[in-house]
Amino acid sequence: MSEFFEVPSPFCGVGTDDLTIKVDGLKISVIENGCAINMPAFEHEITETKARINGKEVGLNEAISHAASLLKNTNFPLIGGCATDVNGMRGLLALADRVGAVVDNANFNNARKNILALQDSGWMNTTLAEVKNRCDVLLIIGTDLEGFAPRFFEKYLWNEAMFLENTSNRDIIYLGTKPSGVASTSPNGKTAQIFECANENLPEVVTVLRALVKGQPIQAENVAGIPVANLKEIAEKLKNAKYGVITWAAGSLNYSHAELTVQTISEMIKNLNETTRCSGFPLGGKEGDQTANQVCGWTSGYAARVSFAKGYPEYDPFLFETNELLNNGEADALIWVNSFNAGAKPPKTSLPTIVVARSGMTFEKEPDVFIPVGTPGIDHTGHAYRLDNVVAIRLKKLRDSGLPSTAEVLNAIEQVLREESVC
Amino acid sequence: MLIRLTGGTVYDPASGVDGIKQDIYVQSGKIIDKPIGEFQVDKEYDLKGKVVMSGAIDMHTHIGGGKGNIARTLLPEDHRNDPVAHTHICRSGCGHAAPSTFITGYRYAEMGYTAGFEPALLPINARQAHMEMGDIPILDKGGYVMLGSDDFLLRMLTAKKDQKAINDYVAWTMNAAKAIGVKVVNPGGINAFKFNQRKLDLDEQNSHYGVTPRQILQVLATAVKEIGVSHPLHVHGCNLGVPGNIETTLDTIQGIGGLPMHLTHIQFHSYGTEGDFKFSSGAARVAEAVNKNKNITIDVGQILFGQTVTASGDNMRQHANNKFASPQKWVTMDIECDAGCGVVPFKYKDQNFVNALQWAIGLETFLLVDDPWRIFLTTDHPNGAPFTSYPHLIRLLMDRTFRNDVLSTIHPEAQKMTTLASIEREYTLQEIAIMTRAGAAKLIGLQNRGGLSAGNWADITVYTDDVDRQKMFEKPDYVFKDGEVVVIDGKVVHTKWGTTHIVKPDYDKSIEKDLKAYFDKYLTMKVDNFKISDDEITEDGRGSLSVHALNAVV
Repeated sequence: MSEFFEVPSPFCGVGTDDLTIKVDGLKISVIENGCAINMPAFEHEITETKARINGKEVGLNEAISHAASLLKNTNFPLIGGCATDVNGMRGLLALADRVGAVVDNANFNNARKNILALQDSGWMNTTLAEVKNRCDVLLIIGTDLEGFAPRFFEKYLWNEAMFLENTSNRDIIYLGTKPSGVASTSPNGKTAQIFECANENLPEVVTVLRALVKGQPIQAENVAGIPVANLKEIAEKLKNAKYGVITWAAGSLNYSHAELTVQTISEMIKNLNETTRCSGFPLGGKEGDQTANQVCGWTSGYAARVSFAKGYPEYDPFLFETNELLNNGEADALIWVNSFNAGAKPPKTSLPTIVVARSGMTFEKEPDVFIPVGTPGIDHTGHAYRLDNVVAIRLKKLRDSGLPSTAEVLNAIEQVLREESVC
Repeated sequence: MLIRLTGGTVYDPASGVDGIKQDIYVQSGKIIDKPIGEFQVDKEYDLKGKVVMSGAIDMHTHIGGGKGNIARTLLPEDHRNDPVAHTHICRSGCGHAAPSTFITGYRYAEMGYTAGFEPALLPINARQAHMEMGDIPILDKGGYVMLGSDDFLLRMLTAKKDQKAINDYVAWTMNAAKAIGVKVVNPGGINAFKFNQRKLDLDEQNSHYGVTPRQILQVLATAVKEIGVSHPLHVHGCNLGVPGNIETTLDTIQGIGGLPMHLTHIQFHSYGTEGDFKFSSGAARVAEAVNKNKNITIDVGQILFGQTVTASGDNMRQHANNKFASPQKWVTMDIECDAGCGVVPFKYKDQNFVNALQWAIGLETFLLVDDPWRIFLTTDHPNGAPFTSYPHLIRLLMDRTFRNDVLSTIHPEAQKMTTLASIEREYTLQEIAIMTRAGAAKLIGLQNRGGLSAGNWADITVYTDDVDRQKMFEKPDYVFKDGEVVVIDGKVVHTKWGTTHIVKPDYDKSIEKDLKAYFDKYLTMKVDNFKISDDEITEDGRGSLSVHALNAVV
């Protein structure tokens, strides 16, 4: 039995690295600083360690050879999921380049809302430690922040800060979705202001808020049930803040063209910065989504929805979507990669399917090949990006499970195909 | 295996060899003396009539780190104009302004470069920079860690910590971030921007800390010297791009009081306010100051016309320049009480007066600084132009007729504001070899690189002499990396992985106590998780670390 201290988590998105973890054989227990997200993710048990072909247990090399043979004559294979660590993504992209595959991160439809705004007009953003030490007004749009990251308030807002005398006096404002709990109530009892509306009404609410920030006249008296006077109050708070922060989780903005809301928020932040400081803080970073976009970014030039079918990377944030490619019959094989979450199963398909995933994944339809792999940060070392997309955390190895890493498996498949193509 | 490169004309300033016919022997990746007695050559390259230099070293190029990846993500339209397909040995990717990592390695190698150094390694983002550089094939790499706007240092200065404590902090950070140098960007200015200051002159105080850029430069330049790091403090000065910043630059040179200091992309810091447009060249005055002050080295940061993207740690100045963004989109970030960044796409136009004069100012600087050992050939990739424009830049420096032909096409008012047409100097091959090889290796403190004498690693580039210097430098006949042929006729034929160059200056371990308390209280990561371990560079079996010696500490 052994104990590990200051363990970083690849699961929660905020890169928590103060966990204490006890390891007894293969059994893991989070004994300090766990939360509703990290505990089950770390403590998930290994159920199988053997690879399978059509449901039959085989040796790892046999599974790798079979996977390679399934890919050898494909024309448009699809690598979905793409939830893994940096080295896993490196292997995944090498394989995609070799076989001419599409690479599509499972969270891309959400990330796209941010990326389209970025690629159209840009933004002014900040990172976690700046929020922790500077943020005097926090506007949370359309998102249940404590649901997203249970310890966010405790760790990053109700803390001691370098540039705020009393962090309990921070202004917390919710717009859209209301919070699921009371974590946003400060230690001295100050409660968050909540201006609730349905998230699908956020486009007009945020547009009016930006207009008010810019000092434009507004005729309406309320927007989606929120009095304009309240929005004006928010605008004034942001303008008077020393370092306002506006946060949102793209995944919570569940309506079409939410990228326009992200763009309106980002442009409003630019307007605020004409006189004071204010920054955006998009939430994300779970199950390797930022990692996928980062590694795909430096390898191909584009975020993680890219096709290598023509021999070079092509980016299309709409056309290369996993379900589209499966449903309209374009893809001719599926490789599903998720080394973090055994519950994130591959989409249903009749195509040849190779699953490289965390041990414990169960299937309605057994894939052609299933290779259980170790989890980065538990079974092997690795790197993962945090939500702010700047900080990469160093993941630790906590136990010897004998499971291969995602990188080892994908590199091995690529190696088989390379030797065949060179010979 | 013994390799002989026979009969080439060698330019090896590190050994004082200037265009002499010499054979070079290579064994086990290194250059060796001609073996004594009988020996068998396993592979011979006939280089008669060819020009032989060591592999080129780019001492300032933004090839790794978050801002580069923001630039990539920001510009899909730029990548679409330059897609690069995979081959049986090379990976696919994209080129032009913000090339993908693999293409960065191939294209540098295809121009005869064998090393590149990332000048803006944010401590908190150093891990990313190393991971990106870990995916750049062929090249050796390294980075200069960025300090000066980090709250820890500014708190030390406010608390009047002594120079020794600052030295310990700087040395600790270099170890933690795996760096070979220290850089400061808009000293204290990135921090001041977080407090809503929009400019910070050399003697202007940070509104929170009361610290000035001059103080920051002084303590950091002293620290770098005292902990024995070869590479002088690498300075991106105050007021980048501001007309009149020539005065700041001259003041910075005077103010450092003889300490070693490298002023980077000095073209962007050499602007006067004369003329109808209140924008003029300060190159002559800067060159005069550089010529006089032997403690100063510079690289130019030449701009060349066309589309590029500027990616800088200087979010204060990048924010101020956002209205010039082309296309009109841009990003700034405040980063982790550590630093910041700003990414602004830019299109330099030869018919724009300011851009045209910037072009001339860079070239004037190159031509007016006497000592090629103290000036370096850069475009501040990608900020002034993508690195792929180096052969064109070399031709501008080596060929006065060509230079004046181009000059005659730029904005007419800019032509009137530059002395370029009257400057007769043409760089020689030896001077190019100094700037891009021997001088760069010496400046960075690389041992056994940048030279062709026995004991050096066999990073060698072979060119066909051509009066069209652009053509010559665009397409080397051969490039050897650590003794292996990686390029033939300007195309990658073999790939391998370069090493990461670092230094490991000593520090008093007690500094970690203060750092631990600071990290626990204010930052978002444990201090032990912040430090980059050796195995992070080497565990994938491709990377390696080369630790370089320090100067004797006085």
